[in-house]
This record gives sequence, structure tokens and C-alpha cells, in this order.
Amino acid sequence: MREKPEGLLKWAHAFSAFMNAGDERLDNDLVFSQVRDADQDVYEADSYEQEWAEHEQEEKQEVIERLERWRALKGYRAARRAYALLCVTICMIMIVVLLYTVGSLPAYGDPNHPINNEVSARYIEKGLQETGAVNIVTGMILDYRAFDTLGESTVLFTGAMVVLFLLRADAQSHKYSALAQTMKDSPHSETFYEPHRDVILQKTAMILVPVVLIFGVYVVLNGHLSPGGGFSGGAIMGAGLMLYVTAFGFASIRRFFTYKTYQFVVLIALLTYAMSKCYSFYTGANHIESIIPLGTPGAILSSGLILVLNICVGFVVTCTMYAFYAMFRKGEM
Amino acid sequence: MGALIDRLLVNYESTASVILFCIGFSTLLMNNNLIKKIIGMDIMDASVYLFLACQGYIKGRTAPIIVDGIQSVEKYINPIPAGLVLTGIVVSVSVTALMLALSIRLYYRYHTLNLDEIIALAGKEEV
Amino acid sequence: MTAIVVLMLLFLIVCAVAVCLTRDLLTSVVIYMSFSLIMSVVWITLESPDLAITEAAVGAGITSLLFFLTLKKIHAIDARNEVRRRHAQQKQDKGGASGNA
Repeated sequence: MREKPEGLLKWAHAFSAFMNAGDERLDNDLVFSQVRDADQDVYEADSYEQEWAEHEQEEKQEVIERLERWRALKGYRAARRAYALLCVTICMIMIVVLLYTVGSLPAYGDPNHPINNEVSARYIEKGLQETGAVNIVTGMILDYRAFDTLGESTVLFTGAMVVLFLLRADAQSHKYSALAQTMKDSPHSETFYEPHRDVILQKTAMILVPVVLIFGVYVVLNGHLSPGGGFSGGAIMGAGLMLYVTAFGFASIRRFFTYKTYQFVVLIALLTYAMSKCYSFYTGANHIESIIPLGTPGAILSSGLILVLNICVGFVVTCTMYAFYAMFRKGEM
Repeated sequence: MGALIDRLLVNYESTASVILFCIGFSTLLMNNNLIKKIIGMDIMDASVYLFLACQGYIKGRTAPIIVDGIQSVEKYINPIPAGLVLTGIVVSVSVTALMLALSIRLYYRYHTLNLDEIIALAGKEEV
Repeated sequence: MTAIVVLMLLFLIVCAVAVCLTRDLLTSVVIYMSFSLIMSVVWITLESPDLAITEAAVGAGITSLLFFLTLKKIHAIDARNEVRRRHAQQKQDKGGASGNA
């Protein structure tokens, strides 16, 4: 009777050994021995770093032990359970209050809902004449509420900048620490898990990236005619750039897109936007007046400044999305 | 009570968004893991957007894109909530990226994503 | 139509509960991705195609990608610390051995 599970276990061990045999990159011992052989001298020189690592390790061990002792206490479990109970109670109270509020809302899909007031009627009835945009939502966010959208683009830019501050510091630290530099070049560094010349990925990306980028450009340029606009088109273009980087690596994208390009493009786009907004304030802050004629509704070259603003927002969003990706993946652009 | 349930079933989109909001909030409260907390926050975001957008929906009308030259209020839904939510979705990505970057920094410093352990380690540093 | 919308809303709620209850981080991120995809279909039923496009590109695409990258970065940090710890250990052993000799 006892033979069977043991036999199964043996097979499982053999199977896992077989599976791990090919994947020797994941073998810590192997990696460690390679690092040790290649970089013995660097390690010798870097005693401060090592002391710090030891100290950190001891400190963490101590805290973990303390936490475990804390967790072993009887009170801990009771407190934890009481906390969970409190959470559930709070959520239940909140759900009851909110559901009661929902009960006194007007019916779903009701045309007489107070939200459908004269503002939206005005946008629908006069929007096409005043903004020239067939898509009323685009006309609204880039003309009547363009100031709001400028603020949002600035939020995106600021967000990208803060992510840059937070994640760029570790890219810089490689310069000052020999150990960090070694780690960067060692087989177990952060670039270690990335695909190296993955043929399937590269061939697929070669077909997909142009399609995705052209679709993004289409969505941006047709923002005033069809669903879409700067935000969604920019996100699609950013996704295309991400796919390109994933397949071909940062070395090939640096040929046309570096940190300098990023700064330049985002700066020009935001400045163009802000200038046209300033002009609108100068002329009475009603909505963006421009000398550009509105053109025939439905044509690509229509609706005055909305097309330009859409392109600006598209550039900002593309660059921001790519910047997020590059920061998270590598810590530099 | 029966009348309230009837109203809730009529406003089923709002009801779902309220339930989603509370689930997201309890995810935020009950999980100790930072990544889980961020996902809970994103679910709360999505539920608020759902609530906003379903207020502007009107039965039997189409999206506010003028295709036949008809500019009647009777034909299109309310464009204002859609515009607000469009702005919000993109900002929420920015917020998520910021929170994830902060979590990565915390992981560099404390080698854990568990909030209890981070608080314990940080408290030890101050002393 | 209403039945489909109700079904999708139920799916959203199930996804949210599953995110709350799963232990594995990668699984919960994938569930969140499907949550966003269903959300973009719900936007279409609410007659807001602008939102649907944005949610599909941003919510299901880029946010999930950022989550995946975060998880990957955390594993890389783990691996690096492991190498560092082993080196410190080995150095200590070697130093102890030479001291004794």
C-alpha cells in the first residue's frame, strides 16, 4: 500500500529535476559560482557595501523574529479577527447607506433625470456649430472644458516626472558602487529575465507594431469624427512602443527615442496647448477661438484647434505611457 | 423595504457600482499586501466611473456622435459624464503608476510588501 | 440585452471578490485585467465608445503591464539580495577559516 505514493513522489522529483535541468538560468548556485569566479576582486574592494548588506540582513532577521513572536501571541489572532470583523462591519454599514441613497435616485435611463439639464442640451444642439467636432464628447473636453484637459495633461506629465525621480535613483547608484555595477552585469541582474532575441516575439512584433502604431495615429487624428481622441490614441501608440521595446530591446529604440526626445516632445506639446489656452483667456475665456476656420463637419481637416490639441494630448500620453514602462522596466530611458 | 428593493433593481447599474465600491474598499482594508491594496483602489476607481457614467445614460438613445446631421436632444445621451470619466480613467493610470513606483522603493528599502512588517521596520529605524 | 448587462455586472462583482480572496499576486493581477476588459464592454452597453476604447487600452493594457513589471522587479530584487547574502556568507566562512589557520 505504501509503495504507491512513494513511487509517485519519486516520479514527481524526477520530473521536476528534468524540468529544472534545462532552465539552469534559475539555478542560484550556478549563477552564484559564475559571479564569484568573475568578480572576486570587485567584491574584495567593496567591503562597505557588504557590511551594509550583512547589517541589513541581521536587522531584518531580528524584525521578522519579533513579528513572528508577536504573531504567536494569543492576542494577535484575536486582534486580527476583531480588525477583520470591524472592516466587514464598516463595509456593511457603508453598503446599506449607499444602497439607501441609490434607492432614492431617479430611475436608470430616465430622460427626466436632473443631470440632463440645459448644459448638455446646449452642448448637443450648438456643439457642432461652435466647435466643429462631430464627436460631441471630444468637442466638449477639448473646447468648452479645455482648461480641465490642460490640467489633466499636466497631471500626467507630473506623474511621469515623479516616477522618474523614484525609480531613477537606483539607475544612478550603479555609478557609485562597484558591487551594484557587478550586479547589473551579472547573469542574475534585473535584465536577466528579459527575452534575448526571442524569434517568435520579434516576428510577431514586426507584424503587429506598425499596425498598432497606425491604429493609434488613426484614433488620434479621427478624435473629432469618431470615438477616440488624444487619450485613447496616445495610450494605443504607447502600447505599440512598449511592444517594440519588449521585442527588440532598448538599444534599438534609442535610435529614435531617447530621454532628450521625450523631454522635447512633451515640452513642445504642453507649451502649444498652454499657449492656445492663454489665447483663449485673452479673447474672453468663452471657448477656444481661433483664426483657423472650422471647416466642413466630418472632414479630417475641420474643427479648428481641436485637431491640434488632440495631437498634442496624444503626444503627451504616448510619451508618458512609454516613460512609465521604461522606468518600471529599466529605471532609465 | 420591498419598494426599496424594487428601486434598487430598477437602478441595477448604480447598485452594482455601489457593491463594487464596497468590495474595493474592503480589499483595501483587509489585505496587508501593498499590491492588493492598489488593486482594491483601482476597483474603487472603476466603480465610481461606472456610477457616474450610468447616470448620464438614457434608454433608447445613441452615443453623442452626430452622423446624420440631426442635432436633437431627443436622440443622444448626456455627453457630460462621459467627458468627466474619460479624464478620470487616464488620471487613475498615473496614480496607479505612482503608487507602484512607491511600492518598489519600499521593497528596495525593506524587502517586503507586507504593511505590518514595513511599519515595524520603519518604527525600528526611528528609535 | 438587460440580461447580458446584468450578467456582466455580476461577473465584475465576482472578479472583485476573487481579487480580494486570492493569495497569489500574479493571479489577482490577471483577474484585475479581465475585470478591466469586461468593464470596457460595459462602457459600450452604456453608449460611451470613447470610454470603451480608453479603458481597453489603458485599464486592461497599460495598468496590468505596470503591475506585471512591478512583480518582475520585485523578483529581481529578491534574486539580487540572495546573491548578495550568499556572497557575504561565503566571505564570512572564508575569513573565519583563514583566521583559524
